[in-house]
Amino acid sequence: MTGKRRLWATTAFAGAIAVASMAVSNAYHQQLLTVIGIHTLLALGLNMLMGYAGQISLGHAAFYGLGAYGTGILTTHYGWSPWAAFPLVLVAAGAVAYVIGRPTLKLSGYYLAMGTLGLGIIGHVIFREWDSMTGGASGMVGIPPLQVGGTVLSLGRSGMILVWVVVLMAFFFCDRLVDSRIGRALRALGDSQGAAAACGVDTGRLKAVIFSFSAVLTALAGFLYAHLVGFISPSSFDFLMSIRMVTMVVIGGMASIYGSLFGASVITLLPEWLHVFSDYEMMVYGLVLMLVMIFLPQGLTRGVLDALEGVKSES
Amino acid sequence: MLTIRNLRGGYGRIEVLHGVSLSVRRGEVVALVGANGAGKSTLLKAVSGLLPQWTGEVLFDGRPLQGKKPPEIVALGVGLVPEGRWIFPPMSVVDNLRLGAYLRLRRGDHKGVEEELERVYELFPILAERRRQPAGILSGGEQQMLAMGRALMTRPRMLLLDEPTTGLAPLLVEKIFQIIARLRDESLTFLLVEQNAQGALALADRGYVLETGRMVLQGRARELLEDQEVKRAYLGRDYKEFVEGRV
Repeated sequence: MTGKRRLWATTAFAGAIAVASMAVSNAYHQQLLTVIGIHTLLALGLNMLMGYAGQISLGHAAFYGLGAYGTGILTTHYGWSPWAAFPLVLVAAGAVAYVIGRPTLKLSGYYLAMGTLGLGIIGHVIFREWDSMTGGASGMVGIPPLQVGGTVLSLGRSGMILVWVVVLMAFFFCDRLVDSRIGRALRALGDSQGAAAACGVDTGRLKAVIFSFSAVLTALAGFLYAHLVGFISPSSFDFLMSIRMVTMVVIGGMASIYGSLFGASVITLLPEWLHVFSDYEMMVYGLVLMLVMIFLPQGLTRGVLDALEGVKSES
Repeated sequence: MLTIRNLRGGYGRIEVLHGVSLSVRRGEVVALVGANGAGKSTLLKAVSGLLPQWTGEVLFDGRPLQGKKPPEIVALGVGLVPEGRWIFPPMSVVDNLRLGAYLRLRRGDHKGVEEELERVYELFPILAERRRQPAGILSGGEQQMLAMGRALMTRPRMLLLDEPTTGLAPLLVEKIFQIIARLRDESLTFLLVEQNAQGALALADRGYVLETGRMVLQGRARELLEDQEVKRAYLGRDYKEFVEGRV
């Protein structure tokens, strides 16, 4: 995206957030939008790794959980302020991802999928079994809400605004990153590692760095989730969550910043809309995903853009 | 400038190069010719750090390259134009070129990179015309030029070219060879791997003939062009001509 278009897109997005934050007053809708925002962060984090650098991860729920449990443990067991826990949790997620990513990302394709799958399972087992710290299968309650000045940011209007401001900043940053020297190297990596290396890119290191960056964004989503909902349990950070994140990226569109927003919205809203099918809900859900993949294999963003261009060129 | 002594290497347990030696002096174009599977590309991969396992000695400017990763070798001044071009199809032409300057941009040499970009555009005007287009829609010849341009963006002192003319129309082949000659005059050194032995040897100063992992012939390029063995095996002359010529 060129500088002008980026500015325009960011302004429009900021405007939409401002309007929505004032217009949406129904608590259910506010909550839904908050969840979409958190999922967008998850999808964006994974998209940087999957869409741009071409490396799959089936274990990102571990980093989501690390963000949530990290801040949960520090604030409830040790009485830290959330803002003190914030940098530590993000740095921890980045460091853990780098250390694990360096050897794991030597794998590729199916093998990398298996390796990261293992990571996700280990994470989930720790969240579930480390009773004294994580509360085990019944989860953690009483995680304090975030406060800015005297204002408590909780589920509702304030939490929704907080999440979307973070999303906006993450979008802006990732968009810049993709257009930079690093972004070019990432896209090259996704295409051919040998060719990227021949251009002077240290592929092993870059893969670990982007894995780490993606983990930080994911942990950030976990941090927000823990403090907004106030309650976390291992089932929110299981294998299915990792799969849901991959689905958001693929449905929204690989290597597309705004695709993360679409993917997260669809995957979050679809189950809500499909309640009318009651017993058949999950079947219809699966069917919708199949149809999207068959007819829009490059994801919703690319598919919709192509359709628009088709209409334009016909008229 | 580049010295290779007794290089052995391959893929897994299969050894492709059985002790190969070769040298390239500053300002030379050295052609390495041989049939498919002789090990030409493997040799280039070993020099550029893309071959994980090899033994022997490879020295660039007297410095051993053993154990060095590709980015370090690029930083020393060895550029590779890989076989099959290896460009990045969805990225624009200019992004492909800028990627070549990855290490230099990391050092913050933005001005130098922009100047280099202009130089590449001057060498390959077609790339300037198509700079905003995705590299994947370029023709084969244009992609080859892009791959060369990208390697030049690393500001190499020596360029390793792996079959730059394979699959190109004769006119384009000539064009590529002209550009190599021009760059040599601007004091760039080349190790040129080719199946098109005729064209490569006509351009080169010296040549080597690689056969199933062993160097079978070497010498001045002009002498190799006249060599009966080379003619028979690589220049595609009619076998009969030789048999009858000898009788």
